[in-house]
Amino acid sequence: MPEGIKNKVAIVGMGCTQFGEMWEKGAEDLMVEAFGEALADAGLEKKDIQAAWLGTCFDEVNVGKSGIPLASTLKLPYIPVTRTENFCATGTEAFRGACYAVASGAYDIVLALGVEKLKDTGYGGLPEFGTVMGTRNRLIFPSITAPGAFAMMATSYFAKYGIDPEAGRRTLARISVKSHHNATLNPKAHLRQEITVEQALKAPMIAWPLGLYDCSGVSDGAAAAIITRPEIAKKLRRDPVYVKALQVAASPGEELIYTRWDGTHVETTFRAAAKAYAEAGIKNPRSEISLMEVHDCFSITELVTYEDLQISPRGQASRDVEEGFFDLDGGIPCQTDGGLKCFGHPIGASGLRMLYEVYKQLQGQAGPRQVKNPKLGLTHNLGGFPAFSVAAVAILGNEE
Amino acid sequence: MVGITSYGVYIPWNRLNRRAVFSAIGWLNMSTGAWTRGEKAVASYDEDSLSLAVNAARNCLEGQERDAVDALYLASTTFPYAERQNSSVAATALCLRENLRTADFTGSLKAGTSALLAAAEKVGQEGGRVLVAAADCRLGKAGSVQEQIFGDAGASLLIGDKGVLATLEGSYSVSIDFADHRRLAGEVFDRAWEERWIRDQGYAKHIPVAIKALLEKYHLKIEDFAKIIFPCPYENVRSSIARKIGAVPEQIQDSLVFSIGETGTPHPLLMLATALEEAQPKDRILLVGYGNGYDALILQVTDEIKGFRARRRLHGVAYYLNRKRELASYEKYASFQRILPIETGIRGEEIAATSLSALWRDRKVVLGLEGSRCRRCGTPQYPAQRVCVNPDCGAVDEMEPYSFAERTGRVFTYTADYLAFSPDPPAIYALVDFDGGGRFWFDVADCSLPDIRVGLPVTMTFRRKYLDQARGVSGYFWKATPLLAEGGGGNA
Repeated sequence: MPEGIKNKVAIVGMGCTQFGEMWEKGAEDLMVEAFGEALADAGLEKKDIQAAWLGTCFDEVNVGKSGIPLASTLKLPYIPVTRTENFCATGTEAFRGACYAVASGAYDIVLALGVEKLKDTGYGGLPEFGTVMGTRNRLIFPSITAPGAFAMMATSYFAKYGIDPEAGRRTLARISVKSHHNATLNPKAHLRQEITVEQALKAPMIAWPLGLYDCSGVSDGAAAAIITRPEIAKKLRRDPVYVKALQVAASPGEELIYTRWDGTHVETTFRAAAKAYAEAGIKNPRSEISLMEVHDCFSITELVTYEDLQISPRGQASRDVEEGFFDLDGGIPCQTDGGLKCFGHPIGASGLRMLYEVYKQLQGQAGPRQVKNPKLGLTHNLGGFPAFSVAAVAILGNEE
Repeated sequence: MVGITSYGVYIPWNRLNRRAVFSAIGWLNMSTGAWTRGEKAVASYDEDSLSLAVNAARNCLEGQERDAVDALYLASTTFPYAERQNSSVAATALCLRENLRTADFTGSLKAGTSALLAAAEKVGQEGGRVLVAAADCRLGKAGSVQEQIFGDAGASLLIGDKGVLATLEGSYSVSIDFADHRRLAGEVFDRAWEERWIRDQGYAKHIPVAIKALLEKYHLKIEDFAKIIFPCPYENVRSSIARKIGAVPEQIQDSLVFSIGETGTPHPLLMLATALEEAQPKDRILLVGYGNGYDALILQVTDEIKGFRARRRLHGVAYYLNRKRELASYEKYASFQRILPIETGIRGEEIAATSLSALWRDRKVVLGLEGSRCRRCGTPQYPAQRVCVNPDCGAVDEMEPYSFAERTGRVFTYTADYLAFSPDPPAIYALVDFDGGGRFWFDVADCSLPDIRVGLPVTMTFRRKYLDQARGVSGYFWKATPLLAEGGGGNA
């Protein structure tokens, strides 16, 4: 096991824009706002940034390819800027590049910024995947959407555990009800209204068995982090947040073309989490993790993620959901900011938005949704589809 | 002895009730009220003459050695490609040898029987086997009689000189520039001259002349034939032809026009396949292909027919006649045929560009659904891999080709997606676990929503995946479709 980056880097400033259907703002506005908040939070100036990573996913509808759009928007003065892309795990990839640059000693202070401007595409939901799978795959993949690809995991989950679909849909609705409640306490969230289980069950079907309220918001937004070495961080502020673990796992293709995968979990999440726990030195995640921001692109993803993160036993996450274990006042509050479901999902920004919430919580700055005395927070950022995925897990702590 | 060594058909799942057509658009042309009996088979939104021909040919090739096929002759008047040989696309889909003679027969509804004759001549001269497949998807304009008459289907025959089910005993062909139906190159809809001329000067006179000339040439009498097969959709004309040639009603093969419709180039072959399902050894069959003249053929059934029918594991004609769902409305039919422009939403407008060089390189994987099997661990995998996907193996370049197209499988998991664009929503797609190993993600075709479930047995079907009119590409791939025990209904 390699040594890892535990306590080798710290977050010293973060910013996050309002998420939502930002018809009056472009990607440039979002980048400037997220960066401005992060700089102010860190008490730094632009000239202090030595290198930057830009995360955007759908380049066709954003700022374009390369790192240049970030450099030219913020007028970063001839520093290295790299664009990262790893489907919906793009934001955490930008963060990872920045962290490794500091951990290697190559730079002292760097920026990771994720942005996505989805609401200029003309699509309800994410844009078509026709061209994003590669030249051959576009000839052989079915015409899928994200909700459809994830709905298939609910189908297998219900089938494997013998869950009546209506009962299963009720559990999934309970997950969304919780996130909607949390979002009412978050002024930056996209969808800020309470919903009921009955409302969720009656909503239009999107991809069986997932209805409208099983799906995350499709949003515009940006989020940014400024990363440095712990000794510099401690000089800049009294409450820096330390990176305890940062792990990524990409699927080797087994789930899609080999028959071993059972379809009721995301193997990359499980693998990345197991490595992250080892890196952070966590033995029992259920008792050690204080709060989580998981990739709830769809309610079923959140349900299986509880199991893949080894918080709930296999097949039993629904019990924890029903008992409120993941509610704001539960054992491990999850999606305290509303999650992708309600904060919204501007793809390139989402991984950094999760880190933003955990960072604020660990500093005790989360306002009405503040969790009591958190020590360790986990983010889980998932790209692709259950059968074709890349997962990123980060663990942050407020003690060195 | 040259003749038919195997036969197969493919009939689309959708049926359109002629009353539904008349209710929707009969107001335009009250004379179509004479055409409200029965139903017709119609291609789904993802089918065309090429896909129908391929699926019919697959049915015909069941139990046959594909490497033994020396030529593929495809017949249609509605080929998707004017240039890019349709038979060459079909040969790739059928995983036939590449040292193969291919030819497209077109321009007349008798092209199906003309392809059959050309195949028999090749086998007569050189031996070997020739696969013939015919299919059509002809369109009549909305409110026309042709719209009521035409149906869509495919039929296929394997011609050879060993294990012959029905020998070709003789033929007589005539070419006449009789333009009852016509279409300029690039036109979508059939154009027809006055129906009385088509009927009374066309079918009613030409077919008896054809049959009489054939009988004279071979010194045979009409009583010498167990079945007489000719394509003519008009029932009263069929009776009149029967009287003119002195045949009794039992000799006249049913036209299928009230169950399938008049299907064009495959129609004589489709009727022949139906006849062969019941034929007895020694039966003589008289077959006429008709259009701008005619091909008249004599076939004689052999003792092999019984063994063939008993050996066959795949579906016969009856399966495809029974496997159907009634389309909910004329409008649904019209939208499937692109007669009625529909709101596809932005998702329906997007078609990713096809790289024709990449498609050529991967033609066996894409058109032929060819994967690979690891020689070290035996794992089948689709698409073909260089590095074995089995994590306990990981062998590099130890693969052998492995075909998935004719394998059955089961639905591992699925969804019914209302967000994805489909001309027939919701889009149903599934992860399919193949019997014998291998898994992949496929669209599911010809499946009613209540029928899809985890564990559902499926088989593969060749479909048009997209029609990129802006770039001139008709793209094909495979979909999963429910494997029904014996026929199967449904509504939409």
